[in-house]
Amino acid sequence: MSGNPSTTSAGDASVDRGRGATLRLNASMIIGAILILLIVVLALVSFVWTPYGPSAVDPAARLQASSPEHPFGTDKFGRDTLTWIMYGARITLMVGIVAVGIAVLIGTPIGIIAAVFAQYPWGAWLSAVIMRANDILLAFPALLLAIVFAAVYQPGTGPAMVAVGIAAIPGFARVARSGTMQVLGSEYVRAAKASNRSAPAIAIVHVLPNIAGMVIVQASVAFAISVLAEAGLSFLGLGTQAPVPSWGRMLQESQQFLSTQPLLALWPGLFIALAVLGFNLLGDGLRDRFDPKMEARGNG
Amino acid sequence: MAENLLEVRNLTITPAGAEAPVLHDVSLSLALGERVGLIGESGSGKSLTAQSVMGLLPEELRAQGTVSLQGFAGNILDAKERTLAKMRSDLVSMVFQEPMSALNPLMRIGDQIAEVLRIHGEVARGDIPGRVLDLLTSVHMPDPNSARYAYPHQMSGGQRQRVMLAIALANSPRLLICDEPTTALDVTVQKHMLDLISERVAAVQAGLLFITHDLAVVAGVCDRVIVMYAGRIVETGSVAQIFTDPQHEYTRGLLASSDLDATDAHGKLFTLKTALSYAGPIDEAGPIDEAAPDDEGEQSSAADRPADVREPAPASAGEASTGDGSAPLIDVSGVSKHFRSRGLLLRRRSPVRALDDISFSVASGQRLGIVGESGSGKSTLLNLLSGLDRPTSGHVRVGDIRVESASSSALRSLREDLQIVFQDPFASLDPRMRVEDIVSEPLIARGIARVERLARVEEMLLAVDLDTKAMRRYPHQFSGGQRQRISIARALVTRPQILVADEPVSALDVSVRSQVLNLLTDLVDDYALTLLFVSHDLGVVRHLCSDVIVMKDGHIVESGSTEDIYAHPREEYTRSLIAATPSLAAALASAT
Repeated sequence: MSGNPSTTSAGDASVDRGRGATLRLNASMIIGAILILLIVVLALVSFVWTPYGPSAVDPAARLQASSPEHPFGTDKFGRDTLTWIMYGARITLMVGIVAVGIAVLIGTPIGIIAAVFAQYPWGAWLSAVIMRANDILLAFPALLLAIVFAAVYQPGTGPAMVAVGIAAIPGFARVARSGTMQVLGSEYVRAAKASNRSAPAIAIVHVLPNIAGMVIVQASVAFAISVLAEAGLSFLGLGTQAPVPSWGRMLQESQQFLSTQPLLALWPGLFIALAVLGFNLLGDGLRDRFDPKMEARGNG
Repeated sequence: MAENLLEVRNLTITPAGAEAPVLHDVSLSLALGERVGLIGESGSGKSLTAQSVMGLLPEELRAQGTVSLQGFAGNILDAKERTLAKMRSDLVSMVFQEPMSALNPLMRIGDQIAEVLRIHGEVARGDIPGRVLDLLTSVHMPDPNSARYAYPHQMSGGQRQRVMLAIALANSPRLLICDEPTTALDVTVQKHMLDLISERVAAVQAGLLFITHDLAVVAGVCDRVIVMYAGRIVETGSVAQIFTDPQHEYTRGLLASSDLDATDAHGKLFTLKTALSYAGPIDEAGPIDEAAPDDEGEQSSAADRPADVREPAPASAGEASTGDGSAPLIDVSGVSKHFRSRGLLLRRRSPVRALDDISFSVASGQRLGIVGESGSGKSTLLNLLSGLDRPTSGHVRVGDIRVESASSSALRSLREDLQIVFQDPFASLDPRMRVEDIVSEPLIARGIARVERLARVEEMLLAVDLDTKAMRRYPHQFSGGQRQRISIARALVTRPQILVADEPVSALDVSVRSQVLNLLTDLVDDYALTLLFVSHDLGVVRHLCSDVIVMKDGHIVESGSTEDIYAHPREEYTRSLIAATPSLAAALASAT
């Protein structure tokens, strides 16, 4: 550098700020990450080991409470609840990943494109059309969409995932659009335009990395919503179907035994709650981390 | 001790987890009614000092020492938040740098002032509206009665800062702290604001702690100056003492680099490093005579430039036509640009005339300064010249490209010849890109291969005095001056013919400003650039440019050679601009 003491000292100060920013973890982020990790581990372990097979029926041990043989108890066929919870974690995560994946991969580009078009006189109406179509989609609840899908195709995990994913698209489109508009208004994009970068290049090089934080926050919240939606759909019989273990369906089947074996409802309910809580906490933590206002304050 | 209003003893501040303190053993005192300037560049610890006086230090900083204030029992550093809140309401108040972010955008101005009075609780409820009106009148708010019902966004920057001052003075504090209150304002507004602060502080007989990086500003307001550098107080003295006989090397450097009238043997502005040969601010008459031959020299060398064979621009038809010097490189004639603001429910309002019938031309190699306050249309004009926008009417020609009717491919080739250095080095660099990617961006757009790109980026970074190690770093790891160098490197890496600088030094500290200006001067010479330099600061333009255009409200008020305009301004507006530009010599004359 210039060797000037003044500039180096100021430079060092800002380096410190940068380091502080990357280390700034907060409690909600850590708790959220631990909860999610727990569920991921459950799902991964279920591939190599479970206490019993998912369809191992033991008519002698029906509707049991917790015991050394069955830590979480058994259901009406004498199947081990812990085994089912572990298998159910797979479905939960898969639904979350696929639904959020659909929403991110379709919603984010829609939002970016709408914002980029809005800059040009010829594109303003196109941008408006895209966003109004988005609003129409926003008006459909995920549940309604899933019922339609289940009616047209057949009820199952696949249609449920797609329905939840499609219903989450508008959220991502909105977040991506507002983020993109902010980035496009910035001076570094003006500089990029002045250096002749094309609009697609600006979108990829400048916009994407700068809105990634917002999209990640939205993804963790959408993940929580889709976990809940899948459980709800399975509960209604529109999601995961009979032989495959799913938390939502476990909850539904536990209903008739609520008075005889309430533990049967406790475990799936608890894990659904933990998963949703985990993703929500992570989302909150990430939001604090990526909050542009907090970054701006750091620059003062 | 007891008679001093503020007494700071051995204040040392260390960030949690760090060993080295950011503030070393700072001691200062301020007598009742005294006005003290606290000077230093960003990172010198002046704002931390002020924050400890307010009891506003961030929690992750550990502070040792004592800060005592007359009327407040005990050490402010150890005090509880509740007693501090009381102190802030009764004894100390502060005016911040950025009035827009310090005011609540959703509250009317009058309500915000009333809120302060209400919390303080000394004015009877029924008297509050009257007191609000008094306060607004006392800060010379135009039409104070209706200003009470205005929202912050409806006011100009200067008016908002007046409101901040009214709020700060609402409860007649004993001590007023101003943290760079005029840095975000235009020069003419700055002068009014400084006069107003002096006037009000004298009227309520409060102590003043005035924080700034600009020596020229402090001279008119303060009696005594404290100079801070790297977390220490390096020098204390009266204004006259500091200005005429600075003891510390850093003070001398700061003084030298604030003085845009003085140049060293090579015609360069003084920087912290070259300050040794600086003789001190010279009287009004002196610098003009002295500077004139210097500027003349630059001017003639610039005028020679069109014939110079070294011209690095890519061969184009435009080059041939401008090479002979007969046709200007840039020609703007009768240009207007109107913006139609859309009101509620698509109600048409009368268009805003950002530019109205602007005509001027720039010869190849010329250095043109464009001066005006914010809102004068400077930025709109730049957008037109760089092809980022099209005029409503009139003709803009850059090289052989007519901007108003150019196809997008013509605009692309225009942008290859014309590059921009932006005002705010913190906003103009993408925070998530490495420096090498930022600087090579214009080259990528031209489709130059990676190996050559890196070589040219390296060469360019060296040319702007940056280490090549900088290539792998991110913008937040650099200071403002270094970032502006990166920005300059990006602009010049494609070897453009025309460089447009949009207030490139207004966001920088004074000490860094002269370095960047010197660098620009060198590069403009080395690369035979045509320079368009936009600024609100006549002093900077005067040093750098051979010709100048003065703009106001979208019109050209006056144009001509810089020395002419500076020495014999024809228009009232130009005269007020010149008078408002803070200069060391003038400030000293008024202080002594």
